[in-house]
Amino acid sequence: MRRAPWAGSALHAEWTKARTAGGTWWLLLAVVVTTVAVGAAVAAATRCPAADCGQDPARVTLAGIDLGQAVVAVLAVLMISGEYDTGMILLTLTATPRRTTVLAAKAAVLTALVLVAGTIAVLGSVLAGRVILPGHGFTPARGYPLLSLADGPDLRAAAGSVLYLALVGLLGLGIATAIRDSAAAIGVVLGLLYLFPVVTAAASNPHWHRHLEQIAPMSAGLAIQATAGLRALPIGPWAGIGVLAAWATGAMLAGGLLLQLRDT
Amino acid sequence: VTVTAYRSRLREGPYGFADLLHAEWTKFRTVRGWVIAVAAAALAVVVFALVPSQQGSCNVSGCAGPVGPGGEQVSDSFYFVHQPLAGNGSITARVTSLTGQIPRLTNGAGTRPGLVPWAKAGIMIKASTSQGSAYAAMTVTGSHGVRMQYDFTQDVAGLPGAVTAASPRWLRLTRSGDTITGYDSADGTRWAQVGTATLAGLPSTAQVGLFATSPPYLQTSASEASISGGPSAATGAFGDVGLTWRGGAWAGLNVGGGTDGVPAGTLGFSRGAGTFTITGSGDIAPAVAGGAGIGVTIAQSLAGTFAGLIILAVVGAMFITAEYRRHMIRVTLTAAPHRGRVLAAKAVVIGTVAFAAGLVSAAIAVVLGQRVLRGNGAYVYPASALTQVRVIVGTAAVLAVAAVVVVIVLPYLLAVAAPVLPLGPTDWLLRLSPAAAFAVQQTLVQYPQVTNTYIPFYGYYPLAPWAGLAVLGGWAALALGLAVFLLRRRDA
Repeated sequence: MRRAPWAGSALHAEWTKARTAGGTWWLLLAVVVTTVAVGAAVAAATRCPAADCGQDPARVTLAGIDLGQAVVAVLAVLMISGEYDTGMILLTLTATPRRTTVLAAKAAVLTALVLVAGTIAVLGSVLAGRVILPGHGFTPARGYPLLSLADGPDLRAAAGSVLYLALVGLLGLGIATAIRDSAAAIGVVLGLLYLFPVVTAAASNPHWHRHLEQIAPMSAGLAIQATAGLRALPIGPWAGIGVLAAWATGAMLAGGLLLQLRDT
Repeated sequence: VTVTAYRSRLREGPYGFADLLHAEWTKFRTVRGWVIAVAAAALAVVVFALVPSQQGSCNVSGCAGPVGPGGEQVSDSFYFVHQPLAGNGSITARVTSLTGQIPRLTNGAGTRPGLVPWAKAGIMIKASTSQGSAYAAMTVTGSHGVRMQYDFTQDVAGLPGAVTAASPRWLRLTRSGDTITGYDSADGTRWAQVGTATLAGLPSTAQVGLFATSPPYLQTSASEASISGGPSAATGAFGDVGLTWRGGAWAGLNVGGGTDGVPAGTLGFSRGAGTFTITGSGDIAPAVAGGAGIGVTIAQSLAGTFAGLIILAVVGAMFITAEYRRHMIRVTLTAAPHRGRVLAAKAVVIGTVAFAAGLVSAAIAVVLGQRVLRGNGAYVYPASALTQVRVIVGTAAVLAVAAVVVVIVLPYLLAVAAPVLPLGPTDWLLRLSPAAAFAVQQTLVQYPQVTNTYIPFYGYYPLAPWAGLAVLGGWAALALGLAVFLLRRRDA
């Protein structure tokens, strides 16, 4: 007796592929290691010599996300473009002809993996920050209490960073679905993330500068890490992560539409 | 019936390296997407230069400052109490104190007592009182001891230590023709020569006198990423001013005429019984870009390098991955079994293509970009033709190597473009990582005698231009070596 394929079996198939593909676990490990290592290095190199030293301890602690997101992007791109590289996609779409189901299953598995790795990475960073920062002048006497997940803004920064990584993953998956080639897709995703800050730095017109920071997926999305001086930010924390979510949604819609319309 | 077997008109192997290059070039030029991508990379470099990104007010008010005897941009603002000296002669003075006022940055406006490291008070022989004219000076400084400085870029250390009433400093300048010799002394009897300056074309009648000045106060945040500051003022007290000629009347002049930010009435001089007290603000030094400067460099018009870099890196990666994806690699390696040579041919072809695209686009960007910046009123620091050629060729080389190896993007971003890292790690990143190559776009010189935020964000790199490029070359060699090793060991 034949059963119609249901979403659960697509999910199971994607999970098996992700679990058994060579790079997945190494890349997830790399997400954790780069995020924690870069965060700890930045924290170790930052000093707060006096009160009001203009540093945001949460931002310093979670600076590793700046680099960890690149690994997440690579992982997300390989999740689908790897199938095009090997021709596996033909088999996948034969087994599950509903293409949106395939993409949704991939997105679900990717998000779950990134959420787990991101949570470990962020917790590791926060722990490193709690150990390192007080010795570098970030003391309660100077207005910097110990980083704590019981504190609202700190929790927002930490949980928001995990969410940020998950959204970067979806952005990468959507773009890779549309582009299909690994190298080109990685280039586009990294370009999208990292090119905006370069352009922004080059734009001295304050009007343009502000607008670029508001629409760039990286600078807007990372606003979620801010715990101080929110009024001075070009975009608020939740609005900022919303901008990144819009980018990710757009990429997933474009990828899904192209997957639906095109030949493999 | 006779059947003639098909014979390819192609020459039989083995094929030389030139054939391999020809094969790889054919592969590159016949994939339309790659050719378009390289064109797009070149276009990106040019477009970024032409987009009006940097605004300024130079075309309204004019802000090209004075130019020194060496043709370089200089700051030349100070309070000068002077009189003419015809022919040869010597001036001696005792500096008994140097105090100053710096802006109160926190807790509101106003000033507080304080001295910037390169605040200056001393004696000077200058060609004229116009800005940028040749000079030689002996000066005490805020925290760099006695210095002999001349013609803006030259700086020689004399007696160390701060000046106080208990330990004053005696300074002397002697003119003999075009040569000026500087001396210092702690007691006014035992003199030591600090240095000599040859000021070409010093007129026979020069202006000689006492001066004081104080460069802007800068305060960098702990991460060195944000800078605040404001003008400062320094007051020098002089006694026992001695001249070897029958001196005339002293005239006070605020050279440069600027008083911006300094409270009105601060600048000037007063004269007591054999003493002078002079307060000045500004600097006598080469003009620098960045926190203490006003302008941008020609590297500003090469902001698109980064966009071009990403595109070329992708094309470079696809140049080999596409072979695996299409299984072309088996044909390639059958035709040319020497795998190392195949990789070398690929690297040469993609590197040459990227270099050519980079050369054309960087040349257009530098030449036109400067015009756009100036048209917008931004002040662009002058760079010699040779420096501009180096920037263009160097940028093309960075793009060429980047097409071969990919991993240049992230360190550059972390260190230069959006400096999230503090200065220490940034410095190391730009010494060791492939992003060190961006030093090749540097046109500015770091002057120890000018306090400034010499950070990559403003175009000051820790390595010399070609040394930075060499670091990238080393990484490229390493990556290619690893690739050859793996390609030889693995199945195709």
